[in-house]
Amino acid sequence: MTELVSLSGIRKNYAGVQALKGVDFDLKAGEVHALVGENGAGKSTLMRVLGGETPPTSGTVSLYGEMVALSGPRDATSRGVSVIHQELALAPDLTVAENIFLGRLPGFVNHGALRKAARDILDRLGFAIDPAVQAGRLTVAHQQVVEIAKALSNKARIIVFDEPTAVLANSDAERLLAIIRELRAGGTGVVYISHRLNEVFDLSDRITVMKDGSHVETLETVATDVDAVIARMVGRQMSALFPPKDGRVPGKVVVDVRNVTRGRKVRDVSFSVRAGEVVGLGGLVGSGRTEVARLVFGADKMDSGTVELNGKPLHLSSPRDAVRAQIGLVPEDRKEHGVILDAPIRINTTLAKIRSITRFGILNVTKERQVATALGAEMRLKASSVDAPVSSLSGGNQQKVALAKWFHADCDLLILDEPTRGVDVGAKSEIYNLINDLAKAGKAVLVISSEHQELFGICDRILVMAEGAIVGELAEGAFTEQQLLTLAMTQSARNRDEASL
Amino acid sequence: MTTTPASAAAPSSLTPRILEAVRHYGTLGIFLVLVIVASLWSDAFLTERNLMNVVRQVASGAGIMAVGMLFVVLTRGIDLSVGSIAAVGSVLCAHLIAAQGFSVPLAILLVIATGAACGVVTGFFVAYMRLPSFVISLAMMAIARGISLIVSAGRPITMGEPGASLVDFGSGFFLGIPQPAILMLLIYAIGAAVLTYTSFGRIVTAIGSNEEAVRLSGVPVERYVLSVYVISGALAAVAGIVAAGRTGIGTPQVGVGAELDVIAAVVIGGASLMGGRGNMFNTLLGALILGIITNIMNLAGVPGYHQNVYLGLIIILAMLIQYVTARSRR
Repeated sequence: MTELVSLSGIRKNYAGVQALKGVDFDLKAGEVHALVGENGAGKSTLMRVLGGETPPTSGTVSLYGEMVALSGPRDATSRGVSVIHQELALAPDLTVAENIFLGRLPGFVNHGALRKAARDILDRLGFAIDPAVQAGRLTVAHQQVVEIAKALSNKARIIVFDEPTAVLANSDAERLLAIIRELRAGGTGVVYISHRLNEVFDLSDRITVMKDGSHVETLETVATDVDAVIARMVGRQMSALFPPKDGRVPGKVVVDVRNVTRGRKVRDVSFSVRAGEVVGLGGLVGSGRTEVARLVFGADKMDSGTVELNGKPLHLSSPRDAVRAQIGLVPEDRKEHGVILDAPIRINTTLAKIRSITRFGILNVTKERQVATALGAEMRLKASSVDAPVSSLSGGNQQKVALAKWFHADCDLLILDEPTRGVDVGAKSEIYNLINDLAKAGKAVLVISSEHQELFGICDRILVMAEGAIVGELAEGAFTEQQLLTLAMTQSARNRDEASL
Repeated sequence: MTTTPASAAAPSSLTPRILEAVRHYGTLGIFLVLVIVASLWSDAFLTERNLMNVVRQVASGAGIMAVGMLFVVLTRGIDLSVGSIAAVGSVLCAHLIAAQGFSVPLAILLVIATGAACGVVTGFFVAYMRLPSFVISLAMMAIARGISLIVSAGRPITMGEPGASLVDFGSGFFLGIPQPAILMLLIYAIGAAVLTYTSFGRIVTAIGSNEEAVRLSGVPVERYVLSVYVISGALAAVAGIVAAGRTGIGTPQVGVGAELDVIAAVVIGGASLMGGRGNMFNTLLGALILGIITNIMNLAGVPGYHQNVYLGLIIILAMLIQYVTARSRR
C-alpha cells in the first residue's frame, strides 16, 4: 500500500503550552486509521497540522512520500487533503452547489452547470439532496454529506473526519460509515476521529491512541480490543491537591431531578443530590453535562421533566426562579458568563443578592465593601482591594469571585461547571477546599468536570453522561478512569435515538 | 458655570493611569478649553444674557433627553425616537391645554405618561422580543412623528391664556437662572443619584457590561431594559413640554434630528455605545459642549449648513478619543 501521509515528530506549542509533544502518524491508501484519546489529547490539533490550518512548531509533514510545507488550508486542499470538522463549516446562506464548489467558483457563476456537477457527486454518494437549496436549511446529517461531496469534488485522496457521527442519528450514521467504507475501497485514505469505540472497531484498520499531546501506541484493530485501547488512554495522575472528604454528613435530598429532557441534548435525565454531598457529572465534552446544569438552573427550558428542591416542585422559567429557590451556577465560560470583567470585585460579589446591601433600592456601598472584603478573606482572594476590577485578577482569583457571588447568595444547591478550567494549581487546591467547605456546611454541590482525577478527588459519587443520557454511576471507592471512560465511550451507541433527524 | 450635580464617576479603576484620566476628565477638559477659547475670542460669549440663553437652549434641546439616552446607552441600546416623542409632547401639551381645556398640571402628567407609553412599546420589543433597539426605536421615531402631525393637523398650536403658567415657567428665571435650566439640573442630579446610589443604576450599568452574566445571576434583565426606554420616553416628553413652554406654541417641528444631538451629547460625554460605561456629569458637559459650539458658531456667523459639518467632525473626534482609551484597556 502506498503511504499517503507521514507526520513525524510534530510539536505544537500554544503560548507556552505544549499541545503536541513530538507525534508520529501515518496513513496508507485504502485504509481507515482511527485516532482516539481523551478530550485535549491533541487529536484535533494534529489534524489541523495535516490540514494546513496551523503550522507545526517543529516536525515534518510528508504527503505521497514527499516532504511539504503547507502554507494554509487551500494549499492542503489542492494537494488532496480534506478535513471535515466537528463544527461544520458550510456557508448557510449559499446553495448546496455553491458550497461544494466554494473557493473554486469562477468570476461568473453558471448556476445550471454548477448544479449538475453537484448533483453528479451527490448521486454518487447516494443522497437525493437538492443542489439548489440553501445549505443552512439542511439537516446536520445532510450538511455532513455536503462536506463530503465538497471533499470529493476537490479530488481528495486523504479525508479526515473529526467526530462525524457525534450529531447523527443511527440510520444516518450507518449511511456515513457505508460511504467511508466505499471511499476506502476506492483507495482513499481516511483518518477517523471518534469517541465511539464501537464504531472505531467496526470501521478501522488501525487505531492510534493519543494522550496529553503524545502518541501512545498504534494498534492493528484486529489484534486488540476496547479494554486495551482504553487502558492506553488513561493514567494521568494529579498530585495530592484534594482535601480529605471526611466531615461531610449526607442529609436529606436537596435537589431531585426527574426525567428531564431537552431535544436531543438531554434525554430523560434523573438524579438527586443530598445536603452535604458532592456529586460529579462526568463524561466527554458534548455529552450534555452543561445542558443539564443549565436546565436545572432555569437558563434553558426543558421539554419535559421536573425538578424538586427540598421536596417542593420548582417552576423554572429563568435563572431568576432558580436563584430565588437558592440554586447557584458557576458557568463554564467564566469571562463571558461567570463574572462582569469590567466591574469591581464587590459588585460581582453581591450581584446575585443585591437586596442584602440595599434599603429601598439605595445601595449601601460601605456595607458592600465589608461583605466583599470578608468573603474575599475567607476565600483567600488575592486582590489589591474589592474595588479592583475582576479583569485585573488571575484566572483562579476570577473564579473565586464567581464562587463568592454564590457564597454570598447562600445557595442550597451550587452547580459548578468546570470550576478549575484555566486555573493554576495553587488556586485549584483552594477551590477544592472551598467546595469541601460547602459540603461540610450542608450544601448540595454538583460538579461538572472533564478532569477525571478532579472528580475522583472531590466527589462522593459520579454520574457518567454520554449523548445526553446518564449511562452509569460510580460510587466512592470504585473510581477508576478505565470505568469512567468505558461508560462514557461504549454505552453511548445504545442510547442513540433511532428517530431520523 | 453651573453647579454640578452629585459627582457620578462610574466605579472603575483601569490602567494605564493617563488614559484613565483622559477618559474621566477628558470631557471636562474639552469643556473648559472651549469656554476659555470662546470667551477670549468673542466678548459676546461670556455675558450673562448669552450664557443663560445657551443653557435654556440646551435644556429644551438635547439636555434633558440625554439623561434618558444615557440610561439606554448604558444597557447597550439606542433610542432614536426621542426627538419625535418630544414633538408629541410639545403638540399634545398645547392641544390638551388650548383645545381640550385641561389644567396645566394634568396636561403635563398626561403628556409624560404618553411619552412613557411610547417607551413601553419600544422597550417591550427590545427587552422581551430581543429585537434590535436601533430598528424598533427607528420605527417609534416614525410613529411618534406621525402622531404629532395627526394631533396638530400639521400646524402649530398656540397655548394662549390657559397655558400662561407654563409659558411663565419656560421663559422665567429663578435666582437669575432660567427655570428650564434649573429643571434640567434637577433631572441630572436625580439621574446621577439613581445611577450611582441605587441598585437600579448598578444593574443597568452591569447589563451593558455583560448582560448574560447578569441574567445568570438571577436578575430579571428584561424589566430593567424595558425601564430605560420608559425613562427615555418620559424625559423626551418633558423636553417637549419645556420646548412648548419656552415658545408658548406646540409644534410638530420640535425635535427634528434631535436624536443625533442627544446621542452626540452622550458620546461626547464619554459614554460607550457598547454599553456599561458613562456618567451623568460628563453627559451634562457633553450637552453643554454641543450647546456652546452651536452658540459660538452662531456668534461667529457660521451659516447653519456649515454648522452641521463641524458638529459631525466633533463627534468623530469624541469617538476617536474613546477608541484610543478603550483600545488601551484590552
